[in-house]
Amino acid sequence: MKGDPRFGTYYAFLSLFTFSMLGLVLAENLLETYIFWELVGCSSYLLIGYYYDRPSAVAAAKKAFIVTRFADLGFLVGILVLSFNGGTLDFQTLLASHTAPLVGLILIFIGGAGKSAMFPLHVWLPDAMEGPTPVSALIHAATMVVAGVYLVARLFPLFALDVTAMQVVTYVGALSALLAATIACTQTDIKRILAYSTMSQIGYMMFALGVGGFTASMFHLFTHAFFKALLFLCAGIIIHQAHSNDMKSMGGYRRLMPLTHICFLIACLAIAGIPPFAGFFSKEQILSAALGANRLIYVVGVFTSGLTAFYMFRLYFSVFWGRPSHGHAAPAHSGAAHAAPTHSGPAHAAPTAVHRTPATEAIPLVILAIGAIFAGFVPFSHFVTADGMPATTHLELSSAILPVSVALAGILLAGLLYARPSGAPDKIAYAFGGFYRFVYHKFYIDEVYLFVTKKVIFPLVGRPAAWIDRNIVDGFMNALAGVTAMISGWIKGFQSGKLQDYVLYFFLGIAGLVVLFIYIYT
Amino acid sequence: MNLSLLVAVPLVTVLAVLCCKGRQAIRWVALAGTTAQLVLSVCLLVLYLDARADGDTGIMVFESRYVWFAPLHIFYHVGVDGISVAMILLTALVMEAAVLVSWNVEKMTKEFFVLLLFMGAGAYGFFLSLDLFTLFFFLELSVIPKFLLIGIWGSGKKEYSAMKLALMLMSGSALVLVGLLGVFYNAGSFNLLLDAFTGMTPAAQRVFFPFVFVGFGIFSALFPFHTWVPDGHSSAPTPASMFLAGISMKLGGYGCLRVATFLMPIAAREYAPIIICLSTIAIVYGAFATMMQTDLKYINAYSSISHCGFVLLGIGMLTTTALTGAVMQMVSHGLMTALLFASIGMIYDRTHTRMVAKLGGLLKIMPFISTVFVLGGLCSLGLPGLSGFAAEITVFMGSWENAIVGYRVATILACASIVITAVYILRAVGQTIFGPVREPSYNGLPDARWNERYAAGLLILGILIVGVAPFYLSDLLRPNIQTILHH
Repeated sequence: MKGDPRFGTYYAFLSLFTFSMLGLVLAENLLETYIFWELVGCSSYLLIGYYYDRPSAVAAAKKAFIVTRFADLGFLVGILVLSFNGGTLDFQTLLASHTAPLVGLILIFIGGAGKSAMFPLHVWLPDAMEGPTPVSALIHAATMVVAGVYLVARLFPLFALDVTAMQVVTYVGALSALLAATIACTQTDIKRILAYSTMSQIGYMMFALGVGGFTASMFHLFTHAFFKALLFLCAGIIIHQAHSNDMKSMGGYRRLMPLTHICFLIACLAIAGIPPFAGFFSKEQILSAALGANRLIYVVGVFTSGLTAFYMFRLYFSVFWGRPSHGHAAPAHSGAAHAAPTHSGPAHAAPTAVHRTPATEAIPLVILAIGAIFAGFVPFSHFVTADGMPATTHLELSSAILPVSVALAGILLAGLLYARPSGAPDKIAYAFGGFYRFVYHKFYIDEVYLFVTKKVIFPLVGRPAAWIDRNIVDGFMNALAGVTAMISGWIKGFQSGKLQDYVLYFFLGIAGLVVLFIYIYT
Repeated sequence: MNLSLLVAVPLVTVLAVLCCKGRQAIRWVALAGTTAQLVLSVCLLVLYLDARADGDTGIMVFESRYVWFAPLHIFYHVGVDGISVAMILLTALVMEAAVLVSWNVEKMTKEFFVLLLFMGAGAYGFFLSLDLFTLFFFLELSVIPKFLLIGIWGSGKKEYSAMKLALMLMSGSALVLVGLLGVFYNAGSFNLLLDAFTGMTPAAQRVFFPFVFVGFGIFSALFPFHTWVPDGHSSAPTPASMFLAGISMKLGGYGCLRVATFLMPIAAREYAPIIICLSTIAIVYGAFATMMQTDLKYINAYSSISHCGFVLLGIGMLTTTALTGAVMQMVSHGLMTALLFASIGMIYDRTHTRMVAKLGGLLKIMPFISTVFVLGGLCSLGLPGLSGFAAEITVFMGSWENAIVGYRVATILACASIVITAVYILRAVGQTIFGPVREPSYNGLPDARWNERYAAGLLILGILIVGVAPFYLSDLLRPNIQTILHH
């Protein structure tokens, strides 16, 4: 960011975000939450669109705001329903009332799903990576996007009262986790892979809430913040070095940036759920909560955890191992843009000098890396539980074996395919054929949205509304004026100023009266 | 406080401007006059709060009443309550900003300022009046100058727009006049306060309520009588647009509340479903129509139809909270739309276009004006911390208190409009303010001058006060809203 002329603006927006996010978590009632909820949305809009002269950034910012706004509509109506039902907006009183209409809960959940990029409202999150990388790390990975989970957790006692509401939360969460992980396996833009990974991890948190694992969900939220922020900061450094977002143009960076390499590896191990890193503990809790509640969800969870390990290490091996591909510039990914507009030179595939990490970059990396290693040992359940009472959790080693071995298998597979350049990944992609393309295009969900807005709402609702207004409603007013003018034009002909005309009217009048009288009196 | 001062100062300013020679003198006198009025309005607020704190529990404060025309029982009768104090402050702020924005009017400067100030005087008188005839008199006073302002200083198809606006507003006034005469012959006087308490028979209310409500509704863009809004606003010169959207449309809302609902409560309840239906149509349909506009002024004009729908929706809902929200929306919309029209005017003065497709990247060229425009836009889409949100959420909360299914549906539809608002505002902002500079010749255009900065600053201050501390405004309004509802 150094040397950017709008350095001050950047920090102003960032402070606005921090203010709003703190307000959001400190809010005591629903309306207050909504206020700060909107404000974080606005600061996210401003920060995604920070590079405002890039049309893609402006479009991404707009998309993020509108999609979350659409979800917020649910939140807003949900607030109206819940507050009317409970007679209050206050969390404490609301929770104490022990009743909540299902509609209200679902509406609130829609709001949360939009902010937390749950399927099918997730489309804004990958595009939001147009913003500066620290923004992606802070807002679109660690803090703001988990606000939806936070909201559901805040109202958890009310959700827990209703089986249907819990099931909705569970299935939406699990589906998002699975879909996002699948998409992440096919993408090549570093930041987008991380974005889908975020979506997938939030899916974990969401279904953890749905199966009743309140503490597990909050714990995962807590640990995820460390390793995902770390991943994004590393990604920022890598992108800065490579002048590209495309992982295919990278390779063999482990010698060039040793510190980044180590930190990235730690974060990958943490997110893959390998003991003793932070992700292992929180994911383990989620999975054991799922095992106790819903077998199907458990299977999805374990499978997704394998996928997570695979795509993270696919990224890791492609960037840090492999052979640096010299000479040719990477094929530009359609959605990817250069992270640093000030260095918009040709993409250097292989930097020659060893990247010396300055202290301002190294210190945050190390702090986050320490968190990613040790955050799992925090006795989280002593502080955060659904009922506020401290509890203890036990880790069953036997139940940990399956997920960990699945994760290790994922890593192994990624290592085999990507540690050294080979044609294998392309062959596999080819073998999957249609399915691969379907996933690569993110299940065509973006296209569906585009179709609905561009082909349905604009031409079929907006244009008729504007047309009706100009031609029918206003046309009626104009016609009224026209008719008045016509009548006046007709009438004014009578007052011609010619005496013979007046005499004619006079006699016509008399004749008329005579006819009338004869008609009446005979 | 002698309230007649608030009418006298603008009229004296008009006379002073008439006596001035030279553009410099004219605009400084006009500015001095509006500033004095702004100071006076703030004093009014302070004195009003003081009087209330001292235990004055009358409906109106600072009343004064003089015989004007005895044979017809017409009195010059003025007084204020919380609602009128809020509207007077709004008028003073918008007038000050409008005078500042007209700083560089070159064509017939004197006539321009005279008409502008004259309209202002009409609005002040309207908000003060407690006699129905005086009220009508001031209403007319603020209509006629609009015709001239648009016809002479306007742009585009100005003759057509001026005529359309004048005719439609005049028919509104005609309807109001019929209604007021009906009130007079049923209740026996033009006294607003007296009539409200002696009351009209339900049958008479049923007959005359639609006249008054629709008549004032035309001013406030009641569907389907809103079509003067887009043409009138976009053809008008910037200060006249600011006055039209910022104050004139509020005359309608105020009339609907103060005259129609206050005097004829039974009919108001009976006609509420129709009002709610029409205002919901205005909100949603206005928002969709806005989405398709390509001219910045048309965007703002159509969005005004949608936003004024919230005023009428709140009035139709007839709960204390909803009505408070409606008046808050009047204040909020007045400030916000004046700000937006001012910034659009500034952009137009420099680039000579208002077409969204021709603008782009303005943030780089004129950061101040762009920021003002974005701020106005964010207020329009209901960002918390700005006045639009405070007003709209109050209307929503108040509307939801009605547990009738149809009313709930209307509320949800109205809520849904916030999404459409976001779409059209962000489209406009994204294409004009952000993005690359589309026209190289725009590079080097000057940013806002001191008068423009001051005007924008005043309006933004108002928006922020209402947005961050809405309780000041709602506390000011609430007791009087309760009087209107439960007298």
